[in-house]
Parts: sequence; C-alpha cells; structure tokens
Amino acid sequence: MNPMQIAIALWTLVHKEIKRFTRIWPQTLLPPSITMTMYFIIFGNLIGSRIGDMDGFSYMDFIVPGLIMMAVITNSYSNVASSFFSNKFQRSIEEMMVSPMPNWVILAGFVLGGMARGLGVGLIVTIVSLFFTRISMAHPFLTIFVVVLTSALFSIGGFINALLADKFDDISIVPTFILTPLTYLGGVFYSISMLPALWQGVSMLNPILYMVNVFRYGFLGVSDIPVGWALSAIVAFIIVLFGIALWMLDHGKGIRS
Amino acid sequence: MAIPALSIRGLTKVYGNGFHALKGIDLDVQQGDFFALLGPNGAGKSTTLGVVCSLVQKSAGQISIFGIDTDRDFARAKYHLGVVPQEFNFNQFEKVIDIVLAQAGYYGMSRSEALPRAKRLLGDLGLWDKREGSARMLSGGMKRRLMIARALMHRPKLLILDEPTAGVDIELRRSMWEYLRRINREEGTTIILTTHYLEEAESLCRNVAIINHGEIIRNTSVRALLTELDTETFLFDLADPLDAVPQIEGFEVQQVDNAQLAVAVHRGQRLNDIFAALGEQGIQVVSMRNRANRLEEMFVTMVEQGNAELDRAAAAAEARA
Repeated sequence: MNPMQIAIALWTLVHKEIKRFTRIWPQTLLPPSITMTMYFIIFGNLIGSRIGDMDGFSYMDFIVPGLIMMAVITNSYSNVASSFFSNKFQRSIEEMMVSPMPNWVILAGFVLGGMARGLGVGLIVTIVSLFFTRISMAHPFLTIFVVVLTSALFSIGGFINALLADKFDDISIVPTFILTPLTYLGGVFYSISMLPALWQGVSMLNPILYMVNVFRYGFLGVSDIPVGWALSAIVAFIIVLFGIALWMLDHGKGIRS
Repeated sequence: MAIPALSIRGLTKVYGNGFHALKGIDLDVQQGDFFALLGPNGAGKSTTLGVVCSLVQKSAGQISIFGIDTDRDFARAKYHLGVVPQEFNFNQFEKVIDIVLAQAGYYGMSRSEALPRAKRLLGDLGLWDKREGSARMLSGGMKRRLMIARALMHRPKLLILDEPTAGVDIELRRSMWEYLRRINREEGTTIILTTHYLEEAESLCRNVAIINHGEIIRNTSVRALLTELDTETFLFDLADPLDAVPQIEGFEVQQVDNAQLAVAVHRGQRLNDIFAALGEQGIQVVSMRNRANRLEEMFVTMVEQGNAELDRAAAAAEARA
C-alpha cells in the first residue's frame, strides 16, 4: 500500500472505532462521568474536607489528577479489549485480515481508537472536576504528554488482552483483578510518603504509580518519584508492548488457526 | 498460456491437534474461469480457501494469485482477492453502508471513490434501500448479498465464495447465480466457489475440482466429468398405481412407491427402449426426471469410491499390524 492508502486505511479504522464508542455513549462515556462525579462528591468534598491537606494541597486538588488518570487508564484499556474481542467474536476481524492493510495499521487503528475514548473520558472527567475545584497546571505540556502516553500504553495492553482472550470473561479478568487494584494502590487517593518504608518499596513496583505521579506533577508540580525516570519507563513499556502485540498479530496468535 | 488466477502447489495444512486437513494439494484456476471446489463436509474446501485468503496459516506449499507469490508479497496479492465466507463475518450492529465503505477504506479507497461504487453494488444486489439500516435487521439472503457487495468493493479480479447460497431460498439463489454469471461474463472476474448444491456447480461452473480427505481426487471440466457418468437414475411418475415391478430387459428397475419407478440407465442405453417396454405393458408415464442432478450422481460415486479405498487401505494396514 502506498502512504496515501495506508493513511486512508488507518483513518477508516480509527473513524470506525470512534463511531462505535460514541454510538453507545450511555455505555462508554456516561458511566465514568457519573462514577467520577461520585468520587469528587464523596472523597473530595465530604471526606476530603476532614482529611485536610495532602503534600501541601487540598485533598480535592490532590485526587483530581489521579482520578482523571484512572478514568483514562480504564477506558483506554477496556475500549480496545472489548472492541477488538468483539471483532474476533463476530469474526469481523476477517474483514481486516483479508485486506492488504499491514498489521501495524490494524494495531495502530485500534490503539488510536482506544486513546480517543480514554482521552475523551479524561476530558469529560476534567470538565466535571471544574465544578468542584479550580484546576491549574504547573507543566501543561508534560501533563498532556504523559496522559497521551499512558492512554497509548493501556490501549496496547487492551489489544494484547483481546488477542489472548477466548471468551468475554477473559477480557474482564485483567481490568478487575489487576488494573483496578494497581490503580487504587497507585497513589490516586494518597501519597506513598504516608506508607511505611516497606510498602513504599512495594509500591515502587507498581507501574501505575509512576503515571499517576508524573501526571500529578504536571498539575501540581509535586511528585513522589523522579519524573524523568517515570517517563522513560512509560516509553519503554510502550515500545515493548507494541512490539509484542505486533509480533502476535504477525504470527496470527489468537486470530488465525 | 496466461498466468493462472490462482495457482496452488503442494499445499499442506496440519492443525495443532495433528489433523491433516490438506495433504499437499495442487490446483490451478485460470483467469476468467468459473470454478467449483467440491467435497463433502470436512474434506478441506474451506481450509484451502482459508489459506488462500490468509485466514488460515498453511503448514507447507506455495500459493500464487495472478502470479504473485503470497509468501513474497501477500499484501499485493490481496488486492486481487475478494472473499465471501461461509458464515456472516461483519459487525451486525453496523449500518449496511458503513460495512461496505469501511471495507473499501481497508483497501485504501477514498470515500469519494467508494461511495459511487457502494451505490452501484448495493443497488445491483437490492440493498441500497437498506443502506442506513443495521446489518442485523437484514434477512439471511440479504446478509449474503451484503457480503458479496462488500467483497466486490475494491474490484477484485478473483472472487472466492464459500457456500454463497447456503440457506438462501430458490428464487434468491437463482438471482444470485445470475449476478455472479454477469460479473464473470461482463467484468471477467474469475470466480471460485464451494457449494453443497451440485446443481449450482453444474449450472454455473466450467471447471471443477473434487477434494476429499485433504486430497484433490479430480480436477477437470464439468462437461468432461459428466461424460464419464456411467449410470444415471431416472424417476418415472405413472398414471396408475402398480402392484408389481415391471420387467424391462437390460434395465434395473425399482419401485419407489406404487406410482413411481426408478430406472438405472447405463451409458449407451436408450430411454426410448424404456418407454417402449412400459407402453407394451400398458403402463402410462406422466412425467420423468433425474433422481439426482447429474453432477451430484458423479460426485457421490467418486466420493464413495474414495472412501471405500481409504477403508480398504486402513483395513490392510490394520491386518499388517
């Protein structure tokens, strides 16, 4: 395919993905908005006022970046996992497989679709948060950069999950038993400096901690961990996971008999 | 000789469980041909087509599509290929128009080029009025036509149809036949189909390959195959019921019921002799037809012979062991 044809194929896939999650917005865009509004009201307003400051900021201000990031992570991941698995289940993935579209375009198309939803929901949650607090960004470009990278990373993760999945249960196992606990323990609601030394060390093994902290650094200018190190880790994860996903596609893992 | 539309050499497929689905098949389909790949269930038809379309990974062998080796440049070969699978494989929740336009996009066709093409194909196949509806609302026959329209969006030179008329009513089946004949005749599209309706293969196809147990057991023209038919069975509907089976010298006669006879006619025998003999016995015939379609009769004979040979080989191997 020439570059123009590749661009058309990629846009076709991305457009189709965006159309899919906007068509079913009550399932994809509305629930995270409501859930996050609850978090803001209950944790930010009601409980937060009794907690006091966290790292020198009001509790509401502290949790806003983490909650936005949590929404981006879960929506990026689940969008690609459910969409790609649905294509596998309905066998409509064959439409792409019989076409001359390179595998990296298929992967990129789904990942960009997942990012569109993840970042879209992130934007909605940000707008919702404006009803509860004033947001200022200490490092706007870094904030945007890290949220885009994180969204890409978890979209690729969702893709690999869908490739390996044989049934719908398989695409809910990772979000329920891995992603959610890691997100909750990734410093969304607290600073790891509050933890005993042992658990601070254990927390450093959680990749989501780095993303939440760098994102929070972009907003508030404070982080529990070195920002440069965290960014490098995210980029390295993206490269490795993209390579794994592409290798699996090239070898037909989970899609060719 | 022109480059074949499809050339297969030594194609082998062994599934993970050790099942040998294809045992080194060779097959050529010439440009412009209307070709049938026939075989009983599990013979290897869909696996063969699946490998050609890249949906199934081969274990060994070479495939060329219009001279393009798929191992070297499958992407370029795929431009020539349109695929209509056996089972519905589109997103049932998408609109009809979106399904065909997306397929064109996957081949790098711009929307301005794809839209008139979609209009023409959906119009030809009677789906233009349904374009804004969800695909799940279509009837089974419409869904099959949608898959044909989708497969033709990028103007493939080779169209592969895996049982395209399965579950389609007779009227619709015939209109689909007419459409396929037209694109074969007028646009020169090479068509390969698998079907369980032997009447379909006999009516549409010029050449045929019969596959059984993962091997091509016959590859010839439909006409040549039919001339090899040794015996045809005809059914005679009688005006009055009979109590006993009439004897006709030189013919095997069976009574299907008291008003119908089945007569096996070998090559060289004449139907006139049957009518004469029945007339002499005062038996009036009101209608007559083949018990099975001629190709079907040939197909059944060949497959049964093949199965019997395999059984004998297996028994011999067991005896040796």
